Amino acid sequence: MSSSQRKILLSPVVDNNPITLQVLGICSALAVTTQLSTSVVMCLAVTAVLAASNVSVSLIRNHMPTNIRMIVQMVIIASLVIVVDQLLKAYAYDISKKLSVFVGLIITNCIVMGRTEAFASSNKPWPSLLDGIGHGLGYSAILLAVAVVRELFGSGKLFGHEIFPLVTDGGWYNPNGLMLLAPSAFFLIGLIIWGVRAWKPAQVEKREYQIKVVHRTEAI
Amino acid sequence: MPEESGRKGWLASLPNDSVAKTLVVAIGLCLVCSVIVSATAVALKPLQERNAALARKIQILKVADLMEEGGDVDALFSQVETRIVDFDTGQFTDAVDPETYNQHKASEDPATSIRVPPEQDIANIQRRARYAPIYLVREGDEIETIILPIHGYGLWSTMYGFLALAGDGRTVKGITFYEDGETPGLGGEINNPRWQARWEGKQVYDETGEARLRVIKGSPTAGSPEAVYQVDGLSGATLTANGVSFTIRYWMGDEAFGPFLAWLREEGGLS
Repeated sequence: MSSSQRKILLSPVVDNNPITLQVLGICSALAVTTQLSTSVVMCLAVTAVLAASNVSVSLIRNHMPTNIRMIVQMVIIASLVIVVDQLLKAYAYDISKKLSVFVGLIITNCIVMGRTEAFASSNKPWPSLLDGIGHGLGYSAILLAVAVVRELFGSGKLFGHEIFPLVTDGGWYNPNGLMLLAPSAFFLIGLIIWGVRAWKPAQVEKREYQIKVVHRTEAI
Repeated sequence: MPEESGRKGWLASLPNDSVAKTLVVAIGLCLVCSVIVSATAVALKPLQERNAALARKIQILKVADLMEEGGDVDALFSQVETRIVDFDTGQFTDAVDPETYNQHKASEDPATSIRVPPEQDIANIQRRARYAPIYLVREGDEIETIILPIHGYGLWSTMYGFLALAGDGRTVKGITFYEDGETPGLGGEINNPRWQARWEGKQVYDETGEARLRVIKGSPTAGSPEAVYQVDGLSGATLTANGVSFTIRYWMGDEAFGPFLAWLREEGGLS
């Protein structure tokens, strides 16, 4: 693997993370992160769809009529998502029930469409595959980080195993109910974005406008 | 898809934006995708149906307290007898095959269901199937457990579950929900085994035969005569709890299983 290919694979994990830098795919990050087990399955599903859709789009990129470009990508993504959903229902029934509609909603996950349009439609299949997996990893990193915090502090467990004994079971930990609700994921993702940008100031966006102090005399 | 890019000749020579190429790509892609999607769906259907049936059986065994850790579900389920109840007569019927009858599907089809009048539709189910499968566990000739399917609307979603009654047709042995979309940690606590355990021993009907069982706010006062009809509320989930109360009241009431249970108590050899 050449260094440029390694860059394609690894840069989405921190430097060009789809959630923290591009701020895409937030919806599912809020919905499925109350438990670590559902998050892991969601990450695998999204990574699989990203990789496969990138490769498929890349294979037909030279025959893509520009007028129906988006629809072609959408058809490919939708088909792959249905296949993944069916596989989950057949082989991971309990988890697919917990994920309910969110697997189907991968179709509308902005990261998938974003990558096919921005990368796969103008690159060869192999780099496209790496790009898909890389963005899947970047998405997974954030999702798992959020899920660990939410499950641990929201229900005192990790992967369903008790870590902090709950007060209701005679233990000492009083769970934080906010962690089980969607807004907590917003706060956590916000904190992660803040952390990453403090660590890598290059990710801080340029201000779109500047508030200037105007002297009274100038204003008049 | 690979075959698309491999094709050379007249197709490759067409400009990408020509009408012919657009049509060929669109139709070809749709064909390939639909074959893949339908092949997966058809190939995996038996597995998925087995999963769903298994999940349902596990819930029934759990609510009847017959589930053993690591036990063979089908073998354990052989203790359970499935019968079909006709809501019109309030008695058993052989009109449909208990093995294949699907109450969920039947309640969507106007031919096999009735519209619940709005004033009676406290559980917000809109349509109710004419027949319902019920599950009996016998001890010798005596019925030990009666398991009834129930469903009703909570805060966000229809909650599907089972209510297990003891052989007297009044005393609750257990409750479970196998499908709901309530808020995890709040309304979703209806799936919490500790909360479900609080239902055990509660009475569904009072002396007049009215379905009184409900979820209240807070805990029932110990020693109060009402306490046998009351279950501890779920904090932060008043609307879900109300949904559960209405679901119980509807399904145990005169519009649903009430007449059947009354008949079973009198005629069906219930103690």
